[in-house]
Amino acid sequence: MNAAQIAPLAVVLPLLGAALAFVLIRHPNAQRRTGATTLTVTLALEVVMLASAWANGAQAVNIGGWIPPFGITMVVDELSALMLVVSSAVSLAVLLYASGQGMADSDEEGPVSIFHPTYLILVAGVSNAFLTGDLFNLYVGFEMLLTASYVLMTLGGTSPRIRAGVTYVVVSVISSMLFLVSIAMIYAATGTINMADLAIKLGELEPSTQMTLHLMLLVAFGIKAAVFPLSFWLPDSYPTAPAPVTAVFAGLLTKVGVYALIRTETLLFPGDRLNTFLMVVAVLTMLVGILGAVAQIDIKRMLSFTLVSHIGYMVFGLAMSSVVGLGAAVYYVAHHITVQTSLFLVAGLIERRGGTTNMDRLGGLAKLSPLLAILFFVPAMNLAGIPPFSGFLGKIGLVQGGVDLGTPVAWVLVAGSMITSLLTLLALARVWNRVFWRRPEDAEHPDPVLVATKPDGSAVRTTRHVEERPHGRFTGRGIVQLLPMPMVWPTIGLVAMGLALTVFAGPLFDLSDQAAREMLQRTPYIEAVLGEGAMQGAGQ
Amino acid sequence: MTVNLTLLLVMGVLFAVGVYLILERSLTRVMLGLMLITNGANLLLLSTGGPAGLAPIFGMDVPAETYSDPLPQALILTSIVISFAVTAFMLAIIYRSWVLGRQDEVQDDIEDRRVANQPTFDAEDDAEIPAETTEFVPPDEAEETPATNRARTEREK
Repeated sequence: MNAAQIAPLAVVLPLLGAALAFVLIRHPNAQRRTGATTLTVTLALEVVMLASAWANGAQAVNIGGWIPPFGITMVVDELSALMLVVSSAVSLAVLLYASGQGMADSDEEGPVSIFHPTYLILVAGVSNAFLTGDLFNLYVGFEMLLTASYVLMTLGGTSPRIRAGVTYVVVSVISSMLFLVSIAMIYAATGTINMADLAIKLGELEPSTQMTLHLMLLVAFGIKAAVFPLSFWLPDSYPTAPAPVTAVFAGLLTKVGVYALIRTETLLFPGDRLNTFLMVVAVLTMLVGILGAVAQIDIKRMLSFTLVSHIGYMVFGLAMSSVVGLGAAVYYVAHHITVQTSLFLVAGLIERRGGTTNMDRLGGLAKLSPLLAILFFVPAMNLAGIPPFSGFLGKIGLVQGGVDLGTPVAWVLVAGSMITSLLTLLALARVWNRVFWRRPEDAEHPDPVLVATKPDGSAVRTTRHVEERPHGRFTGRGIVQLLPMPMVWPTIGLVAMGLALTVFAGPLFDLSDQAAREMLQRTPYIEAVLGEGAMQGAGQ
Repeated sequence: MTVNLTLLLVMGVLFAVGVYLILERSLTRVMLGLMLITNGANLLLLSTGGPAGLAPIFGMDVPAETYSDPLPQALILTSIVISFAVTAFMLAIIYRSWVLGRQDEVQDDIEDRRVANQPTFDAEDDAEIPAETTEFVPPDEAEETPATNRARTEREK
């Protein structure tokens, strides 16, 4: 069976789910069930696609039966199938978490009813971007997920979210415009926008024209993926959104940009024309990002900076354009989606338990909630790359690729990635020491509720501060359910998935190396779309 | 391939004015700038299709090269719809920003300002280590309670 036949369902099902959730706007429970069911079914289909792509290589389906260079094609290969499975699993966990939070248990957080439909459209956009084999359809996928993300980012319309939303929307629209202009130029130069067809025809252009088009695409995708000089918008806009929204943005949106970068570098513009340039960009992304993270005192902002920093690792793997490097980058993307999302979910739990994500006010959470401490510790060590975990395995792969390459820039990158890894550990250890380890009264600005909480962890119903100021920011903290199990379970699930990436690292590395090999060969992808012998016809 | 010079000029003006407006600090102008740039991109897409020709409806005795290229027009249609949605959303955001803060300007990130302004001295790392390192606390300091600790930090502020 051709597994690509079910590929369109990965886009259509979430869209239908979104429509249904929109109809059920007055029935929150039915909405939740719709969302969870849709995503579970989609995930199951994608696992089938992954299994088939793993066994048979790249497969394509033509939407509406139009012959490839003219109609829209969807391609399932190892890379896109792996990305789909990981992203769907993560978005399912985040959806369950968000449903658990109810999104409504506080006043201004807002119009919950709109959350589920928008979220499902976001998932559909992400799936579309991963699956498409058509450059303009990639643009449409980007716009679907971006427009949905604008709504999620400004959910509730509070003042900080509007401020963050403005930056985010303007930057995203500009990057989309750059992408659209690049598409127009590519179409003008080659007369096609089918990616497999482009892979052949772009190679026939003059080198200077190729260079222009290549750079334009890199800039457009670089903004979306938050690569160094173009990453300023991310820490500015992500932290203010609700916890589950930030989590899913951190996990998925930048990775769609990275995916587009991988396709650009391997399929559309192969060769090592810009590899040194990309390596310099990668090392700067890592170092500048992580130095930003060390300076932060807010957990969510710190995590946003580590997110930017670790995009550098993926660009590093991509820039090596060797099987080892690219395979490690693919594995690293899967690892990073899972781990970064679980850290943001934990940050959301910390905010609930401690009332804030400001490290100057938190303390003693390890004693209050050992479960929360474990849930933070495992993905934190995973992100920092401490040996048994998947972060370490991914980094080892990247470093090995860099050493194999052996050029001076590659050695600089190897050193840079080590330093970044250490600084990540530093930033996360700071969170651990301050938020979990020290006594709450040792905080710079101790939180009265945390200080007054009894050592056995039971919440204090009222403290003097709450009584004095009945409408202050501490009101209600003792009364809301602190760590609702519907929120904790999805987090546990994601942390466990991060651990599973370690346990099943062997087969996963096989898969990602196979994906890397096929991407560097390019023939499987192109022949899956255009049929056998397409490369020979082009004289290659 | 021939290119329509008027179209090119209009496109250039749209892009130039659009970029100028985006660099302004007023949100309404930024939005206008984005609209102009989108339309510039649409014109660029249109001009990639080559010179205008007959409507692309198949006729038996019409030679292939006299048709217009329909693909760029389909792309423009999609892009117009998308930019329409984004413009509507921008307007909503600007209105909300006006309702909340009576302002129509891009605002600074407060947290960014704070990090930029923080001194190089860090209370935790750079404080002088007290000379007395004994583990045994004198009795008058032993009753340090959370309340006195809080009072101390507030005094330090």
